[in-house]
Amino acid sequence: MALLEARDIVAGYGETQILHGVSLVVNEGEIVTIIGPNGCGKSTFMKSVVGLVQVRTGSVTFRGADITAYPPERVVRTGLCYVPQSANVFPSLSIRENLEMGAFIRGDDGRARIDEMFGLFPDLARRPTARAGSLSGGQRQMLALARALMLDPVLLLLDEPSAGLSPAIMGLVFERIRDINATGVALLLVEQQAREALRLSDRGYVLSGGENRLEDRGPALLDNPEVARLYLGG
Amino acid sequence: MAAREVTQGWIPAFAGMTRGFGKGLPKGEGVGRGLRALRAAVQRLRATWSPGYAVAAAVAALFVLGFLPFVKMGLVVNGFVLGAIIATGAIGLTLIYGNLNFANIAHGDYMAMGAYVAFFVVTDLLAAVGIQGQGFGPFTFGYPLLIALPLAAAAVALGAVVLDVVVYRRLRNRQVNAVVMAMASLGLAIAVRGLIQIIWTGEKLQLPRESRQVYHLPMDIRIPPDSIFIAGLAVVLVVGVYVLLTRTKIGKAMRATADNPDLARVTGIPTERVIWATWAIGGGLAAIAGVLLAVFQAQLLPSMGWEFLIPLFAAVILGGIGNPYGALVGALVIGVSMEVSTQWITPSYKHAVAFIIMIVLLLARPRGLLGRSN
Amino acid sequence: MAGIYAVFALGLNVHWGYTGLFNIGIAGFFALGAYTAALLTSPAADPLLFEEFVFAGDWAQLGILDLGIDLWFVLALAAAGAACGVVALLIGYVTLRLNDDYLAIATLGIAESVRLFFLNEKWVANGSKGLYQIPQFLEGWLPSDKYNYLYMVVVIVVLAVLFALVQRVMKSPWGRVLRAIREDEVATAASGKNVFSFKLQAFVLGAVIMGVGGALFAHHIRFVSPLTFDPLLGTFIIWAMLMVGGSGNNLGAILGAFVVWGLWVGARFLPGELADPNFRFFMVGVLIVAVILLRPGGILGELRRVTRGRAGRSAVRLDDG
Ligand SMILES: Nc1ncnc2c1ncn2[C@@H]1O[C@H](COP(=O)(O)OP(=O)(O)OP(=O)(O)O)[C@@H](O)[C@H]1O
Ligand SMILES: [Mg+2]
Repeated sequence: MALLEARDIVAGYGETQILHGVSLVVNEGEIVTIIGPNGCGKSTFMKSVVGLVQVRTGSVTFRGADITAYPPERVVRTGLCYVPQSANVFPSLSIRENLEMGAFIRGDDGRARIDEMFGLFPDLARRPTARAGSLSGGQRQMLALARALMLDPVLLLLDEPSAGLSPAIMGLVFERIRDINATGVALLLVEQQAREALRLSDRGYVLSGGENRLEDRGPALLDNPEVARLYLGG
Repeated sequence: MAAREVTQGWIPAFAGMTRGFGKGLPKGEGVGRGLRALRAAVQRLRATWSPGYAVAAAVAALFVLGFLPFVKMGLVVNGFVLGAIIATGAIGLTLIYGNLNFANIAHGDYMAMGAYVAFFVVTDLLAAVGIQGQGFGPFTFGYPLLIALPLAAAAVALGAVVLDVVVYRRLRNRQVNAVVMAMASLGLAIAVRGLIQIIWTGEKLQLPRESRQVYHLPMDIRIPPDSIFIAGLAVVLVVGVYVLLTRTKIGKAMRATADNPDLARVTGIPTERVIWATWAIGGGLAAIAGVLLAVFQAQLLPSMGWEFLIPLFAAVILGGIGNPYGALVGALVIGVSMEVSTQWITPSYKHAVAFIIMIVLLLARPRGLLGRSN
Repeated sequence: MAGIYAVFALGLNVHWGYTGLFNIGIAGFFALGAYTAALLTSPAADPLLFEEFVFAGDWAQLGILDLGIDLWFVLALAAAGAACGVVALLIGYVTLRLNDDYLAIATLGIAESVRLFFLNEKWVANGSKGLYQIPQFLEGWLPSDKYNYLYMVVVIVVLAVLFALVQRVMKSPWGRVLRAIREDEVATAASGKNVFSFKLQAFVLGAVIMGVGGALFAHHIRFVSPLTFDPLLGTFIIWAMLMVGGSGNNLGAILGAFVVWGLWVGARFLPGELADPNFRFFMVGVLIVAVILLRPGGILGELRRVTRGRAGRSAVRLDDG
């Protein structure tokens, strides 16, 4: 059975409707990537899944439960964690405090889990008291990932985790994503780096104008001449 | 709208002070090495979170002001006391501002309510059970006031939370913009003040007091013992808030929510509970500030809170909205300026002085004295 | 009296109802307008009455401009508006570029500063004792017991002129931009409008109207002192009027002024507790909150609603932070 199933999502801001019926499935343990032109509603889709944007019609099912109308603070409790596109750390909090906040709803105090995160992201362990606002882009992204992982999610939503990073750091981020997936966590990515992302994905979706355009296995999408022409730069 | 970055505003100000240390000095020379080490140490401090330095620097700078030949040290000291009262109110106000994203116009009236509740506890409640007294130790007020303080704080904190549930939460759910929230707080300000006038009339009231000797210190400083109590209590409260914000889970969650409420929600932080905590702390501090103000002015008036709004907001804006350490520094600056200004102009212009300082600073640094510059 | 308050409600409507500017220091403009008019028309100070009062009015009798007192009255209305306009220009220039809330604090500051100025600078306006026996328009035309009817006509004429003016202005493209700013400042700025300049103009216009209201008030009551302009009767009640009548609607503002003033005065004749001014004070606040919660549009509401694009605003933060 599908882990996450979004069916015909219609959503938007105020009077403007951005998504006109987007459907998508993520199965257990999968990496799924959404690609699409700028402003087509990829971020809006993620926000409607986590409850930050209200879903007008359509439904979101996660682990068999209908979470369409859940507010964000309830969605995270179901094991679905989300890293927004930008502003994804608390800048005035230290690295450690960011992780503590990530563990807010954990039963324990999360100390052990923080140590695990420091193991996974050694860069963060170096200065746990540094304010997140003073970190470099790459470190910030790592911290955002670690923060979202604090709750041992079943599914992780990452909105453009590689945005604004240098190629070397980008490679590191993708490596981490693979590591995370290897522990059994399913991932749903939005990526501008379509080639990189699709390569490590099981499946991919192409979104355009707030609607589904294509859906296929990752490598197959890479080979699709139309996708190549439109989104992979030739 | 950009998410505000709270509690870090002092960094650029500090950067300006440290830049240039140890530059252009020959390598290996003792002094140069020392300065470079100092500079490295300062940079390490800047990267970590420790706003105490900004506060210490501000206190020192204001204190030095008192040594200027044309400024009376006594006024500076008085200014610190007034600043302590402003700070007690302004820290709560700035926390509310940062977390709920609107200006709580009713904050002054929450202060006044706190003062009146304390008055009620002292003159009615405690007196009824035979607990009475004034002139406790060196102070003008009696020890019943010490019992009344936490009670007043608790009452106003509770009231603030209830009003959030009844009024503000509904508006939040409707996603109205910040000005409508402020508008509602104006309505509540009027209502709270009306309530005070209904219960205690609009007349001037006084806490039971006994006159006391003023301490004479060198440099022509005259300080009433009450002022020492006020300053001492304010320091305790400020430290308490610092500990709360940096050491407790709910305090950290408050800072996180102020940083970015949406991110806080998707992180799983129960933002409604955080908001209640913010109201409770802000309301409690306001109540205590109101009592301290009543002690400082030796009287209670229903309008005392409304009139105190200008210094309160001046401190908040000066410190950068949402930044409690900034509010503390802002409060001290405003308090000292208000008092020192009386050396040259009529004391009744004090509030106008606070206002003008605020306007001038807004022109120079729109993000506040300690705020980030862009 | 209600007519005079209607003038204020109209001015506030330009600020809040149309542009979304949060002015909580109406009393400042009120006082400034009233004092300006009073000073311009008052006869020379009687040295026995006004000990420290040296800034003698008596402009009308100076003979520089031999217009007669009645023309001076008209001039005083204009001057009162102008004085408020200038102050609004200064303050608006500083604060309107910044966060919306700063304006609220700044207007509060103006109100307090104006009050303190007239209180302390005895030479200007006789300090806390205030100015009395302010001349009235067309005095002596009618016996004094009937004079109030004449003045009512004057107020209604001024109100009608201002109403027509604001109505016209708000229907113009300029007014539409203001409403767009109120609804979504960012989008309006993005469409190439200089939001700051529009806000400043609206702020000044509203303040001018309030100044005229202040002048009308001074000539009606014939007495002004710093205590006249307390936050309750100078600011709070005007907010209640606008909120009750419906912000964004000029007719609503005027209606609200009459309704709230009627309630305010009428409550005096209620039995017992209800007549207590403190209780009425309390009710003004409750009324404002209740209107916001229960009937955000007031009695009349805004006739033609502009799109309300507020839902989901909070979601902007994640991407723009
Ligand atoms: N908070 C908001 N309020 C109103 N409109 C919004 C908001 N956020 C996004 N939009 C609009 O919604 C549309 C889709 O935005 P979205 O962020 O979902 O696109 P995206 O596919 O993630 O683009 P990008 O590749 O740039 O991240 C855009 O036209 C954008 O202008
Ligand atoms: Mg996006």
